[in-house]
Amino acid sequence: MNETKYMNPYLAGVLLGLLLIATIYITGRGLGASGAVKSSAIAVVETVAPGHTNSATFYSQYRKEHPSGSPLMNWLVFEVVGVIIGAFLSGLISNRLDLKMEMGPQSTSRIRIAGALIGGLLWGVGSQLGRGCTSGAALSGLAVMSTGGIITMLAIFAGAYAFAYFFRKLWI
Amino acid sequence: MGPLVPDIISNNLNFIVALVIGILFGMILEQAGFSTSKKLVGLFYGYDFTVLRVFFTAGIVAMIGVMGLEHFGLLDINLVYINPTFLWSAIVGGAVMGIGFVIGGFCPGTSVCAAAIGKIDAMIFIGGAFLGVLVFAEGYPLFETLYKSANWGSPTFYETLSVSKNLFAFIMVVFALTGFFIASIVENRVNGIKKPPIRLTPYYVGIAAIGILLAVSAFIFPDRKTTLIQMTEKTEVLDEYPIEVMAIDQFAMCVMRMDECNKFQIFDFRTAEDFAKFSFPRSYLFTFDNLFEKEPTKLLTIKSRINVFIADDELTAKKMAIVASELGYKRIKILQNGFSGFKEMVLNFEPIEPATTIDEKNTNRFRLKAKKVIPILADQFKSKTGPVQKKQKRVIGGC
Repeated sequence: MNETKYMNPYLAGVLLGLLLIATIYITGRGLGASGAVKSSAIAVVETVAPGHTNSATFYSQYRKEHPSGSPLMNWLVFEVVGVIIGAFLSGLISNRLDLKMEMGPQSTSRIRIAGALIGGLLWGVGSQLGRGCTSGAALSGLAVMSTGGIITMLAIFAGAYAFAYFFRKLWI
Repeated sequence: MGPLVPDIISNNLNFIVALVIGILFGMILEQAGFSTSKKLVGLFYGYDFTVLRVFFTAGIVAMIGVMGLEHFGLLDINLVYINPTFLWSAIVGGAVMGIGFVIGGFCPGTSVCAAAIGKIDAMIFIGGAFLGVLVFAEGYPLFETLYKSANWGSPTFYETLSVSKNLFAFIMVVFALTGFFIASIVENRVNGIKKPPIRLTPYYVGIAAIGILLAVSAFIFPDRKTTLIQMTEKTEVLDEYPIEVMAIDQFAMCVMRMDECNKFQIFDFRTAEDFAKFSFPRSYLFTFDNLFEKEPTKLLTIKSRINVFIADDELTAKKMAIVASELGYKRIKILQNGFSGFKEMVLNFEPIEPATTIDEKNTNRFRLKAKKVIPILADQFKSKTGPVQKKQKRVIGGC
């Protein structure tokens, strides 16, 4: 069986935009993703090293903002669980479920693994500094025309284009 | 009026909403092709601009949609989370994420999507992001200065640029459309395709027409505020609109007996300076805009309370009362002759000399008492009822 074609990008964009409007209308906040990673990271550290979370500033500040409950009882955590389910269903419908790794023609598995790990790591740090990622800061920020969100968005694209040349061997 | 959380949808139900929204989010991202890193980074090497198209179409649609909801009074933007601006942190963080994009091939949302359909590189990416948060958390003392520097609050971009909101939205739309056009040219050149970059298929024309129609509708239909203001300017409306007027002495009596009967509350539409100089006990400083905001208007809907509107003059209070009535608020009265009348007749009352009739004697007695008691009460209760806060943020958002 062949994979189904992807959706027209403009149609997907309109649907995503409508979903974002509905999200803001219902909840008063936009979409997000990296916040869920943050919440789970904090949850793990709180479980593994409870003493440490009491002393280190980052965790105690998180606790000040979210006084009670597990860090996993978080809007974004539920939303990201939904993303996993939704993407899985979509992959199932369109015949795209497959355990595999993708890389550029000149790249190797080992390089790809290292790239994914380092890339992820940079996103982990960057999304904390930028107070959100492409979904939470750039897209949702654009929807409410937030200065911070739009600046982060421009910086993401600028950073990517500025360094794209140096990492071209990974992809083309 | 939106947002529906937490008044109409409880915080617990909100988690279910999050799950449903997430499912739709995941489906759209996956269907758009965001679950493969090769398609995602295509943006940076010019061979596939899907991301740019989806992202900016979504951003523009959402931006205009939010503006529309606000325009028609369906969404209180003061309650919506606006991402805060910390200039340097945003720039450095954004750049780091950009580098992460070309090295890792994903961003957090898309990596979750890709991992869900079995992409091993995406799973490793998520692991990396997890470690990245830990690096930030452990190294927080190092990052803290940068993280907190240049705090601009939560401005919007059009405020920062000091241009009008509509103009800014228009510029963004033009910017996006130009971007799509250039992207198509670049994409065709890189992939060696000889086709005109934009084809006017019925499909695209249809989508564009809907967009234009929506945008134009905002200009044709004035927003709720403007309509209501125009309505109160008409003399026949002002003359005929049934608003109950409270006589000065009756009002003074109620103010003095406030401790016994908390049945009525005062909404003061004077300026903040005047309010600071003198305010009635248990009164709220209110503005015309407050009438359209979700949090302040909750006060107007408290059951069985009578809402007395006061302004410098009776006419202004009546206009506000008409607007409030049109918005569906009930039990609204206004003060006869406004605050200036009250000031003259009670606060600066000079006894009628010589008081001949019994009525005049009663008036003298009552008003002299009111003149003495009300300022004392006003002082006593001053601290308890501050002005209604305009900016109220209840939702914590962001990543």
